[in-house]
Amino acid sequence: MSTLSYAVADSATMLRRNLRHALRYPSMTIPVVAIPVVMLLLFVYVFGNALGSGVGPGAEGHYVDYVAPGIILMATTYGSVSVAVSVCSDMTEGIVNRFRTLSISRAAVLNGHVLGGVVQTLFSVVLVVGAALLTGFRPNATPLEWLATAGLLTLVVLALTWLAADMGLRARTVEAASNAPTPLTFLPFLGSAIVPTDSMPTAVRWFAEYQPFTPVTETLRGLLMGTEIGNSALIAVAWCLGLTVLGYIRARSAYDKG
Amino acid sequence: MTTTPHAITATGLRKAYGDHVVLDGLELAVAEGTVYALLGPNGAGKTTTVQILSTLVAADGGHITVGGHDPARDPRAVRAQIGVTGQFAAVDAKLTGEENLILMADLHHLGRQEGRRRTAGLLEQFGLTDAAKKLPEAYSGGMRRRLDLAMTLVGDPRIIFLDEPTTGLDPRSRHAMWQIVRELVADGVTVFLTTQYLEEADQLADRIGVLDGGRLVAEGTAEELKRLVPGGHVRLRFADPAAYERAARALHGTALDDEGLTLQIPGDGSARELKSLLDRLEAEAIEAESLSVHTPDLDDVFFALTTERSHNPAADAAVRKEALR
Repeated sequence: MSTLSYAVADSATMLRRNLRHALRYPSMTIPVVAIPVVMLLLFVYVFGNALGSGVGPGAEGHYVDYVAPGIILMATTYGSVSVAVSVCSDMTEGIVNRFRTLSISRAAVLNGHVLGGVVQTLFSVVLVVGAALLTGFRPNATPLEWLATAGLLTLVVLALTWLAADMGLRARTVEAASNAPTPLTFLPFLGSAIVPTDSMPTAVRWFAEYQPFTPVTETLRGLLMGTEIGNSALIAVAWCLGLTVLGYIRARSAYDKG
Repeated sequence: MTTTPHAITATGLRKAYGDHVVLDGLELAVAEGTVYALLGPNGAGKTTTVQILSTLVAADGGHITVGGHDPARDPRAVRAQIGVTGQFAAVDAKLTGEENLILMADLHHLGRQEGRRRTAGLLEQFGLTDAAKKLPEAYSGGMRRRLDLAMTLVGDPRIIFLDEPTTGLDPRSRHAMWQIVRELVADGVTVFLTTQYLEEADQLADRIGVLDGGRLVAEGTAEELKRLVPGGHVRLRFADPAAYERAARALHGTALDDEGLTLQIPGDGSARELKSLLDRLEAEAIEAESLSVHTPDLDDVFFALTTERSHNPAADAAVRKEALR
C-alpha cells in the first residue's frame, strides 16, 4: 500500500473508533440535538408571536419559517463542543502517546476525530430539521436547493469541527475543552438567526453583519425559504473554507508539537 | 560481547526543559535480545529517556540509534520496530479489551482475519479472554496493564519499551508482569524497562543502568553492581550482655551495637564462613539468640551511588524514601 492509502486506511480506522465512542456514549451527542430543539420550541411557541411581528409584515404566525434556519445552524455549533471534549480526553488519557509511537499516518488521529464529529453533527442537524418540520417549518426549497443546503451545512460543520479539534488539543483539561467552543454557540444569536440584524443597536449590528454566521444564515434562509441571497453564499463559503484551513493548520501544528 | 549487535545505542544524549537539565550526556548500549533496566529515583530522567528513544520527544543533543535508525531523522522506521507501554495505561477507556486489540491490529494493517486471530491469541496469553467484552473500567490495575502490554505486542515489535511497568501493581500482578517479560525475552525481543524498584531490575535485567542527575552513575549486571559496594555481613544478636561482651572479644573485626546487643561481622554469608563462626562461638560456649545473613542488595548500591553526588541532605532523604517505596 502507498503512503496515501495507509493514511486513508488509518483515518478510516480512527473514524470507526470515534463513531463507536459516540454510539456507546451518546451523552455528548444528545445535547447537540436537545439544545437546538428546546431553543426552537422556545422561540416558536413562547417568543414566536412577539418576535414574529418584529421580523417583518406578514410573518406573524410564521416566525418558525424565519427562525428555523438559524436554529439548524445552531445545532452545528453545539456539535463542536463534543468534538473539543473528545479530542481533549484523548490527549489527556495517554492513548495518544500510543498512537504517536505507532507507524501510522500522523494525520489519522485528528482526521478520525474530525470526520467522526462531522458525521455526528450532521446526524444531529438532520434530527433538528425534522423537529423544525414538526413545529410547522415549511421550506419551499427544490431538491437542488436542499442539496445546496446540505453542502453548505457540511462546510460549516467541517470548519467548526477543525476549530473545535484545535481547541480540544490546546485545552489542558476536559472541562476547559468543553468551555472553549462556548463563544461559537453564541455567535448565531449575534447574527441574523433570531432577528434581522437591522433591528440591532449600531455596534452589535456592525459585528453581526460581518461575522461568519450571518452570511451562512442568510444563505440557508435563501435556499430554504427563497429569500434574497445576494453575495451571502459566496461570503459564507469563503468563511467556511478559510476557517477550515485555519483550524486544520492550527490543529495539526498543536498535535505535532504536543 | 563487543560483536553483539545493539538494539539501542545512545551517546551524549542531552535534554533540558528550560533551565532544568533532565539528561546530561547519557550513554546507553543495549544488546539485542536482552533486558536492560534503567533504574533511578523519580525525576532522574527515566521517562524522558524512554520518550526520546520511542520518538515521542526530540533530544537536544547526542546520537541515538533504535533498531538501527535515528528516531529524530527516521521516526517511522523506528516506530515500525518498537512497542511502547507507558507509565499510565494507554488503553482506550471507551472500547472493550477486544476492541482495543482489534484497533491496534487495524492500525498495523494486519487484515481482518489475522487481526482477529492475533487478538484472540493475546487475550488468551494475557488471561483476558473472560474480560474481552468488558470495558477497561471493569478491569483491575493488573488487567489494565496486561491489556496495555498486549496492545503493545499486537504489532510484533522487536524492541519494547516499558516505562515503570509495575508501578502501582500489587505483588501478584507484579510477578505476573515479570513472567510475561521473561517470556518475551525468550522469544528474542529486546526489552528496555525503567523502574524505581531495585528488585525488579534484579529479577529481570541482564544489565542495569543507574540513572541519577541525568547520567548513568553505574552500569553492569546486578552482580557487578552489588560488588561495587561493601555491606555483606552476618548479624548476631545476644540475649544477655555478658554473652555479648564475650562474643565481642572472641570475634575480631566486628562492628558493635551495644544498645541492641548485636554484633555485625563482615563476610559473604557462605555456609563455610557461617560454620566457622558458629564453631568459634561453640568453643567459647557463647549462646547467640539469633543469627541473620545480610548480602548487599541493589538498595545498598542505589543509596551508595545516588547519595554521594547529592549535596542537599533534604533531597537525599527524598531519594532514599522514593527508592524504598
